[in-house]
Amino acid sequence: MSTNVLLPGFREAPLDEDFEEFYINMGPQHPSTHGALRLVLRLDGEKIIEVVPHLGYIHRGMEKQAEKLNYIQYIMMSDRQDYLTAIQNNLGVCLALEKGTKIGVPERAEYIRVILAELSRIASHLVFYACFGGDLGGQTVLLYGFKEREMIHDIFEEVTGSRLTTNFFRPGGSNKDIPDTFVPRVKALLKHLESALSDYDRLLTKNIAAMDRSVGVGVLSKEDAIAYGCSGPVLRASGVSYDVRKNDPYSIYASLDFKVPVFYNGDCYDRYLIRFEEMYESIKIIKQCIDKIPSGPYRSKEKPIFKLPNGSFYAATETAKGLYGTYVVSTGGNSPYRIHTRSPSFGNLAALNTMAKGQRLSDLVTILATIDPVIPEIDR
Amino acid sequence: MKNENMNTKDYIKRYFKRCITGPYSLLCGLSVTLRYFFNPKRIVTEQYPENKKTLKMHERFRGHLVMVEDENGENLCTACGMCERACPNASINVLATKNIAGKKVLGKYLYHFGSCTQCGLCVEACPFGAIKMGQGFEFADFSPEAFELVLNKKEGRG
Repeated sequence: MSTNVLLPGFREAPLDEDFEEFYINMGPQHPSTHGALRLVLRLDGEKIIEVVPHLGYIHRGMEKQAEKLNYIQYIMMSDRQDYLTAIQNNLGVCLALEKGTKIGVPERAEYIRVILAELSRIASHLVFYACFGGDLGGQTVLLYGFKEREMIHDIFEEVTGSRLTTNFFRPGGSNKDIPDTFVPRVKALLKHLESALSDYDRLLTKNIAAMDRSVGVGVLSKEDAIAYGCSGPVLRASGVSYDVRKNDPYSIYASLDFKVPVFYNGDCYDRYLIRFEEMYESIKIIKQCIDKIPSGPYRSKEKPIFKLPNGSFYAATETAKGLYGTYVVSTGGNSPYRIHTRSPSFGNLAALNTMAKGQRLSDLVTILATIDPVIPEIDR
Repeated sequence: MKNENMNTKDYIKRYFKRCITGPYSLLCGLSVTLRYFFNPKRIVTEQYPENKKTLKMHERFRGHLVMVEDENGENLCTACGMCERACPNASINVLATKNIAGKKVLGKYLYHFGSCTQCGLCVEACPFGAIKMGQGFEFADFSPEAFELVLNKKEGRG
């Protein structure tokens, strides 16, 4: 291929005649893309000039499918978007549906929601920790991170019936009540998690190889992070303190005491540290809730057919990846006219080119790991 | 990893500092793995195919769909079709028929396991408690026909 011809999707101007640039594919099948994501790289030697992500390998047309399903059936679909934080996606959809119907949520259900959502956040961040270590070449870390995540998923299996695709929350509460064993199990898990997290902190955080490969790599400035629509840990690691739980609180987050960790360098190391801080904050939130679960109904009285009034409704939640928004347009029937999902990984992936420009090829793996994209959520 | 704006003296200083802090950080990490190595109690791995007999799933575990039957093999299904309507991916077909008395009863309860996502909405929708999610797993098979199941053995009670 002639060096001065740009492949589709690339924007940087062609370089000089004697410049040796070339294109390579990373993915769709690549262990560090966390799914079927294809990145086309334009390289100058080992230096990255431009990255173009190609999406759509696992596009399932969820938003179109939703038009054929009714509202309750769509909750099942949200499990399959971000499979690491399925329960938080359930919550996001349910909040949007509740806005439409003005359905009330009993206090017990709110506590169940918050506890499960925070557990799911810890599970997702543990997967990030594991994959971050694994992508840097530390296979030990990969195994350790998944250990505690399994324990959290055991709790999910006991409560919801499924480890990943939970399909648990419903408008006005949850599908089932929590079992009696839930509270002691969560307490035991929290006790275990604290010692485990300090172990993991020692295992990787100050490790010289991990630091060399992440400090100062993939810097994303505050302005760029906002401009690209980044959210969640990627945004907060660049110095913007925006968390939906704090800035636009839903459920009972307004009454809980927790901090929003913010880091200012915007490099890979900060994006790693911020997720660790968030895990500690999540533990703090669960500790506040677990003793205060009130008795009472777990779901407000349901109607035989769930219908939304005419209009459009939007609710945003903070999942482990960032801002998860659900926009529902209804024409009054029992199935939506249109559902749109604002998925956090999509916005975060948009900033990949800015982060990776000028870095080495091996740094791209680190950058991609710290964005922590979940491809089914990007493609939907 | 030499910065362009770092002079040689600083670079050498940093080099020797890292010669000490680097291995120390690695030893810190190794102490964690060594603790696990000498503490087999912390290991959580299950010996899966060997422990199959003692392995018990949680009560709410959603395996494949099964029919609730009493000791005579009678089911509670009335062929109302609520589960068929609740299913998001059309995995259930309830075929009703008429018994000798001319009453509408369940003829065949077709369950297409291949397209089922095990969401459990059918069990929620059933007003009679005639179906539940089973405890089974490991359903891999070579032929797609193995996933076309007929759940009921007898006609429904009507």
